[in-house]
Amino acid sequence: MKAFILSNPKSVKDALQLLAVARDSKQAKAIQPLAGGQDLLTEMKEHLAEPDRLVNLKGIAELDYLRNLDGKVQIGALATLARMEKNNLLNEHARVLFEAAHSIASPQIRSVGTIGGNLNQRPRCLYYRLEEANCLKKGGKECFAYSGMNRYNAILGGGPSYIVHPSDLAPALIALDATVFIAGRTGPREMPLESYYKLPSVGDVRTETVREPDELLLSVSFQLPAPGTRSTYLKFKERESYDFALASVALVLGFDGDVIRHARLVLGGVAPVPWRVRAAEAALVGQKADTQTAEKAAELALAGAVPLSGNAFKIPLTKSLIVRAIRSLA
Amino acid sequence: MKAIFDEASAIAVTLTVNGTTSALRVPPLRRLLDVLREDLSLTGTKEGCGEGECGACTVIVDGRAELACMVPVCQVDGAVVRTVESTELESLQNAFLAEGGAQCGICTPGMIVMARAWLAECESAGVAPTVDGAREALAGNLCRCTGYEKILASVMRAAGVKT
Ligand SMILES: Cc1cc2nc3c(=O)[nH]c(=O)nc-3n(C[C@H](O)[C@H](O)[C@H](O)COP(=O)(O)OP(=O)(O)OC[C@H]3O[C@@H](n4cnc5c(N)ncnc54)[C@H](O)[C@@H]3O)c2cc1C
Ligand code: SF4
Ligand code: FES
Ligand code: FES
Repeated sequence: MKAFILSNPKSVKDALQLLAVARDSKQAKAIQPLAGGQDLLTEMKEHLAEPDRLVNLKGIAELDYLRNLDGKVQIGALATLARMEKNNLLNEHARVLFEAAHSIASPQIRSVGTIGGNLNQRPRCLYYRLEEANCLKKGGKECFAYSGMNRYNAILGGGPSYIVHPSDLAPALIALDATVFIAGRTGPREMPLESYYKLPSVGDVRTETVREPDELLLSVSFQLPAPGTRSTYLKFKERESYDFALASVALVLGFDGDVIRHARLVLGGVAPVPWRVRAAEAALVGQKADTQTAEKAAELALAGAVPLSGNAFKIPLTKSLIVRAIRSLA
Repeated sequence: MKAIFDEASAIAVTLTVNGTTSALRVPPLRRLLDVLREDLSLTGTKEGCGEGECGACTVIVDGRAELACMVPVCQVDGAVVRTVESTELESLQNAFLAEGGAQCGICTPGMIVMARAWLAECESAGVAPTVDGAREALAGNLCRCTGYEKILASVMRAAGVKT
């Protein structure tokens, strides 16, 4: 590991100026933002990330907030997971996000890890994390998971890399129709969080988002769900104490009496991006949240699934999670 | 990890650890764990995995439980840190002794510090500590020896709750 420079900007403007160098540099990855470090430090230790300049965001006070502006929830990039899992507003009106934040890692990691770092964290594929394995995602020629150990990999949307996106916040926020606000050398831009993520088959297989190296994620926002909306995040972990999702379901249902009027269903742990299933959402609207409807939505959600050699179990697992999530909101 | 963290040039950092303030010159990404153990000779805090997975290195930073193996010192400049050497932890230490909550002892400093942070949080939130709450709070602290029951019993004894 080469020596590197650490910068401690105090404002977003200064941070962006530092990152602006990234677009010109031949190695775009040579400069990287550091938030809580709960993923990046491990990446550096395993030589998966080798930045020669780190831009430490932790001193930028203007990025640390979680507020409600007339029913619009705005969360700054530096808000910690602990802050989200202890927030009353989210507890009462956006359970899906509250539960997703609480499901992440351990209390110690939640007290340091940020929303910006969570949404931009790198994959957990065994081969990606193994320093010696130079797979497709690291500039190599082959996806080792495709023919190797792939219990934890994708069953939907895979190819040529078969990672699953590890963030628990992303499916929950997408189910809330969240928007992400990013800025870089060419100015700020805003987009649905759903479009922030990209499949490995689109553009550079080494990246998971549309973020340019000189851009920062500044905030995420969403409208508080209308009265009559219920939501939940159901996460299946192989180990009960704490773990990444083997599969997870972020579900938001808006009811009129007991009839579903609005539905968002986003899966985690099964695809390279948070996997929103519009067909299942459409099948829920106009129905009651009964078992028959739930089972139909689950079938539709997994209809296109193509398992690898070691992860077919994820199909029935995800289906039953979907059914359980829907029934729990009835 | 240390090699990586020690190559950038040193910065000035102030830390108040267990009531004593020290001014240090250290590489910015040096882990808080190494600063505590090597620079300040406080070897009570243990390294298990070095990757955020075991909780052995748990310390309290400005009132929050954090993993000293995952915190670069540049991010805690000016912080108030409490480690297992803090005398405030004595009631927990005695409870671990009384209940047999420690065997090999590698996980114990992290368990005790995490339990302290959790009990303080229960107190400030005005909620009564429960065994389920303790289990959840200690979810990131692994123990290979005790099977956890005696650890939970120790924590509940310190909390003054009969199990
Ligand atoms: C043992 C363990 C268990 C974990 N379990 C889970 C889990 O169950 N679920 C889950 O979702 N995550 C999990 N994580 C992953 C992750 O560490 C946390 O989710 C955390 O939120 C990361 O945030 P951070 O601020 O520490 O990120 P950092 O490590 O600082 O950053 C992560 C990445 O995001 C980039 N980045 C950070 N902030 C920004 C920004 N504002 N704009 C652009 N890029 C940015 C960094 O350059 C880096 O590449 C786990 C981690 C560990 C070590
Ligand atoms: S799934 Fe992606 S990260 Fe894993 S081996 Fe294949 S290319 Fe590499
Ligand atoms: S040594 Fe820090 S979590 Fe294991
Ligand atoms: S007492 Fe040995 S690891 Fe817990």
